[in-house]
Amino acid sequence: MQTFDLATRGLRELNQTLHALRGTTNETAWEIVNAKGSHAIAVGVDAPLDITVRGSTGYYCAGMNKQATIRIDGNAGPGVAENMMSGRVIIEGDASQYAGATGRGGLLVIKGNASSRCGISMKGIDIVVHGSIGHMSAFMAQSGNMVVLGDAGDALGDSLYEARLFVRGSVKSLGADCIEKEMRPAHLAMLAELLERGEAGHKAKPEEFRRYGSARKLYTFNVDNAAAY
Amino acid sequence: MTDFPHTPPRFSATFTPDVNAEIRRAAATGIYDIRGGGAKRRVPHFDDLLFLGASISRYPLEGYRERCDTSVVLGTRFAKKPIVLDIPITIAGMSFGALSGPAKEALGRGASAAGTSTTTGDGGMTEEERGHSKTLVYQYLPSRYGMNPDDLRRADAIEVVVGQGAKPGGGGMLLGQKISDRVAEMRNLPKGIDQRSACRHPDWTGPDDLEIKILELREITDWEKPIYIKVGGSRPYYDTALAVKAGADVVVLDGMQGGTAATQDVFIENVGMPILACIPQAVQALQDLGMHRKVQLIVSGGIRSGADVAKAMALGADAVAIGTAALIALGDNDPVWEAEYQKLGTTAGAYDDWHEGRDPAGITTQDPELAARFDPVLGGRRLKNYLKVMTLEAQTIARACGKNHLHNLEPEDLVALTIEGAAMAGVPLAGTNWIPGKTGF
Repeated sequence: MQTFDLATRGLRELNQTLHALRGTTNETAWEIVNAKGSHAIAVGVDAPLDITVRGSTGYYCAGMNKQATIRIDGNAGPGVAENMMSGRVIIEGDASQYAGATGRGGLLVIKGNASSRCGISMKGIDIVVHGSIGHMSAFMAQSGNMVVLGDAGDALGDSLYEARLFVRGSVKSLGADCIEKEMRPAHLAMLAELLERGEAGHKAKPEEFRRYGSARKLYTFNVDNAAAY
Repeated sequence: MTDFPHTPPRFSATFTPDVNAEIRRAAATGIYDIRGGGAKRRVPHFDDLLFLGASISRYPLEGYRERCDTSVVLGTRFAKKPIVLDIPITIAGMSFGALSGPAKEALGRGASAAGTSTTTGDGGMTEEERGHSKTLVYQYLPSRYGMNPDDLRRADAIEVVVGQGAKPGGGGMLLGQKISDRVAEMRNLPKGIDQRSACRHPDWTGPDDLEIKILELREITDWEKPIYIKVGGSRPYYDTALAVKAGADVVVLDGMQGGTAATQDVFIENVGMPILACIPQAVQALQDLGMHRKVQLIVSGGIRSGADVAKAMALGADAVAIGTAALIALGDNDPVWEAEYQKLGTTAGAYDDWHEGRDPAGITTQDPELAARFDPVLGGRRLKNYLKVMTLEAQTIARACGKNHLHNLEPEDLVALTIEGAAMAGVPLAGTNWIPGKTGF
């Protein structure tokens, strides 16, 4: 285990060090201490590393992550794991706005609650939230899966494309073009697998969720739908 | 019976034939007009300015003997690897999706041959463009279509797009006709749907957030790449100041004549300001912050000739960008296709339904048959020629003003032909010492 003290060595050295670890390396396990809400911690990592951040993070922790498993032992600020390509990001606490925004792959696990716009414009990422999510989550979500064990706020899945949303609790309101859909066996199997990977297999059963997706009525601009925009 | 003279038919200056036609079109369809391009209305522009040239108090440089440099360095503030261009005329962002792959290739070929950069656009980076662009600027847009860290790292600069001149405050729409298999795959969308581009970034709001976003982009790219911020011409003084505050290396300022692939005509014609009105305010902001020439300013929106380049630079810009003019150089709206433009209900020079994907010139289309009409090698050569001509023209003017570098052009070299031009550009009305709003009037 390599320990990196952010307070003494600074952000630039941290990211430079992690970026240098391309391909095969024996330095696969990292612990970052004294995070103290710093922004842009462990961004742009592109190696199969196992990184634990001790403490809470500022904006964009694990942004554009590829391959790495990054665990935040605290809360995460806005835009955690934004545009993630692959790998895993696990937050032990809560996440602020835009968690997993535009994520294109990999798995984001939030063990607490997520604020507004969780999974905004997601493009293939899987997101599992053990708690609840705020308003406008999955706005313009293109693809990927979002699993919420708690409740969802207003306007869930507004202007949704092909992402699948699974919510166990209540949904305050659905956004434009987002509807409840039938939960078929294939979805239950997918959900079981997502819950397991999201470290939530012991907390909920697939049958307890409802599925939401796009009505696909806004896919082609039609002036008769203007009131929906 | 006396034959009195009749009052001849008189059209209203308010309800012109064009206005009436649009009212009828709206009444028939129930939807606003969508089109490509920039503002078509007459606005104060570089045509309203003139250079004074040399006189007894200024002496010129010999046109065919004395040097007049044109190079520009972009990104000197923070980037480890600033961009150096041979000419200060760059190619503005235009997406693969809006343009065909071969058209993007031609832009890369022409720009590289002329020693300048191209810019990606909404929809991601294509191999055609990366492969043929010596210097490629990667746009970071609200939609983040195709965004990935590998392309970020293989770009030569990053342009965070906050807005564009044709539609400051607006998003975009790529109609289903242009969402081919390849475009759909790059944007992670179903084929054939109307694709919306968001008007705001999904993970930051306001200048304080933008500063942190730029920090993230710099960290991901190890502080190597110059970071541009592009804004539409709306509040240029404050937008430029905030861009500097947020950490930009370069500010890109796009006036309302700057084109778009598609948006509402009412938006294009009624939102934003002409580039002439924007440049002095942006330069003033840079000067007030002590950052003029340290944070570089690229301006765009209606740049057509070397005279426009020289005028923009005399007002304080470090470089310009061209979009519409580059497409015309490639062959867009060429009268050679007039018969086909007629079939589309338009005429060469006026065709602006780029979003429909039926471009006879094969440039703004994803239709394989139409795209095959366009030769990227020839197109690249035409663009190179055009860029060289613009550069020669700008040099000709600069030498006449006694300047050995385009950057040495200054507002004192200019006068305005119109009061509006004088007020906006902050230069005297020709034949007077009157700068409206500045000299006591």
